[in-house]
Amino acid sequence: MLTFMASDSEEEVCDERTSLMSAESPTPRSCQEGRQGPEDGENTAQWRSQENEEDGEEDPDRYVCSGVPGRPPGLEEELTLKYGAKHVIMLFVPVTLCMIVVVATIKSVRFYTEKNGQLIYTPFTEDTPSVGQRLLNSVLNTLIMISVIVVMTIFLVVLYKYRCYKARSHSVAQAGLKLLDSSDLPPWPPKVLGLHFIHGWLIMSSLMLLFLFTYIYLGEVLKTYNVAMDYPTLLLTVWNFGAVGMVCIHWKGPLVLQQAYLIMISALMALVFIKYLPEWSAWVILGAISVYDLVAVLCPKGPLRMLVETAQERNEPIFPALIYSSAMVWTVGMAKLDPSSQGALQLPYDPEMEEDSYDSFGEPSYPEVFEPPLTGYPGEELEEEEERGVKLGLGDFIFYSVLVGKAAATGSGDWNTTLACFVAILIGLCLTLLLLAVFKKALPALPISITFGLIFYFSTDNLVRPFMDTLASHQLYI
Amino acid sequence: MTAAVFFGCAFIAFGPALALYVFTIATEPLRIIFLIAGAFFWLVSLLISSLVWFMARVIIDNKDGPTQKYLLIFGAFVSVYIQEMFRFAYYKLLKKASEGLKSINPVSGLGFGIMSGVFSFVNTLSDSLGPGTVGIHGDSPQFFLYSAFMTLVIILLHVFWGIVFFDGCEKKKWGILLIVLLTHLLVSAQTFISSYYGINLASAFIILVLMGTWAFLAAGGSCRSLKLCLLCQDKNFLLYNQRSR
Repeated sequence: MLTFMASDSEEEVCDERTSLMSAESPTPRSCQEGRQGPEDGENTAQWRSQENEEDGEEDPDRYVCSGVPGRPPGLEEELTLKYGAKHVIMLFVPVTLCMIVVVATIKSVRFYTEKNGQLIYTPFTEDTPSVGQRLLNSVLNTLIMISVIVVMTIFLVVLYKYRCYKARSHSVAQAGLKLLDSSDLPPWPPKVLGLHFIHGWLIMSSLMLLFLFTYIYLGEVLKTYNVAMDYPTLLLTVWNFGAVGMVCIHWKGPLVLQQAYLIMISALMALVFIKYLPEWSAWVILGAISVYDLVAVLCPKGPLRMLVETAQERNEPIFPALIYSSAMVWTVGMAKLDPSSQGALQLPYDPEMEEDSYDSFGEPSYPEVFEPPLTGYPGEELEEEEERGVKLGLGDFIFYSVLVGKAAATGSGDWNTTLACFVAILIGLCLTLLLLAVFKKALPALPISITFGLIFYFSTDNLVRPFMDTLASHQLYI
Repeated sequence: MTAAVFFGCAFIAFGPALALYVFTIATEPLRIIFLIAGAFFWLVSLLISSLVWFMARVIIDNKDGPTQKYLLIFGAFVSVYIQEMFRFAYYKLLKKASEGLKSINPVSGLGFGIMSGVFSFVNTLSDSLGPGTVGIHGDSPQFFLYSAFMTLVIILLHVFWGIVFFDGCEKKKWGILLIVLLTHLLVSAQTFISSYYGINLASAFIILVLMGTWAFLAAGGSCRSLKLCLLCQDKNFLLYNQRSR
């Protein structure tokens, strides 16, 4: 059995990631004339840039209203509806890809459906003689897992907030702020240790995912298809894959590559969960974690909410290793395309959807990242709308994929259950994004989707499957 | 049963739907969302009808024999009825969400159709990948082909029903809704009345063609526009395509 010390960080960090948020973004003034706020809830959020607090005048008008004040309100609404729909699709695609990878692996590679022990977080076994005992064990497993997660989250929030007690003036631009901050810190106070701890933890966990789990995954896939690969090739492949992944995720890289790596590590983590969580515990944990997510993000004293608010106060971007960002690349006309493609990640974010705003301190690229977009503004009015991305935490990817993967693994070879869960999760995500557009604040992405997913899993498995099977055996079409 | 059967049947059943998706829906994010919403509505309707069937089975006390068959037929009819009810609910939702209803017509039926086709055919498809001999016990060896074509018919019928249904709702002609329900029941009924594949398929295709013509006319087409389109002389269409690029 593998020791999951480092993945411990991964797991609770996973739950740091399990929410979907948008910043407080007041509707810009010039757009207010044209509409009366969210009418039927399908209007999108006004994605706001970080600069709004500082340079309040330029962004609202340009970004959201596409710079033309004279448009009729109906057209505005149509545009924002389409705009919002585009953001929804930008999240549908990666979630779908992650689920496809997980389901394809589950259906073909036997390894991930074999029972080979359990995690240390779920010590109670489910091989018990009675149903009641099994239920009790799964509930106990869930309690242990969730309490581990809660403890880790609170620990991390404390570490993060503790760093915040270093006072600084907030009216400076963020770039200057960053430089000031990192140079101000003397070498070894506990605050820096705290920061390094978070940073080191994240690096360790991505290292483990990108190298160890990939190696295991590759080994199992090769075994399944009976393909031989010699060790030098394997070493080269895994090394390249992992190294490029580390660079893309933690530093800079093409956006598409970063997204692909994030999807892959989410899929790998989901596969680990599917393999090592016992049956009933997995379902109870899924339910419990959505409740936890709801509580942690929405309650005033919830750890995730405090994290988000702290990050918003400090106007810091999220640590990119834990968030999937679908921001599109800046369009033509930008002088420096490369740093600004990374800038598109952080710049217009004002965390629209974030949950863990781990500070990525000491990044030397920040000054250049913030400059070019600013100079590019005057010429890029109509393009600004395209720049907003949406961000979804990796934990959400992981738990969605766990649900669909479990449905594929235990649905008795039935594809209907898997598909039903897939559609349910997508609709849940759509509804969550809708709520996000209405409420414009941090929202948990798990509850609605997981609830729908669970309902559809159990009902499809127990009600729809016999019905469809009977219909099919009699060659009846409905 | 080989990969050839798998791919052949998959493309027969889902090819036109995929083409419709690629050409009309994939470019517009809003339509994709409506498609998934349509699939979701169909799924919910199926869930409710399975619940009804399950409860009926539990009440009538699990016996084998003709009772089960009648129960199944009852379940199928209830399912058709609930599907149409949910189509109406879906119409209401779309009406509320979007002003340009006509422009998203193919989406409405396609969501239903794809989900319906997938649910009825995907398990059969995955079985066709594995080893086996079809019809070894005296059943027809054309089972996969028949299922594929039937699925195709159902998907396309859902698309046409969607268009006609929405048109009827827009014009408040409730008779049209009734006709859609009746044709749906007819298609479903004749799959179990007759066990001859040929007759089933033939009648289903006839209904398909009729519904297709009706949908075409309801969507505003005419012989003239069809001719223009086929001969690539339709200036509006060409201009529209160019504009949207």
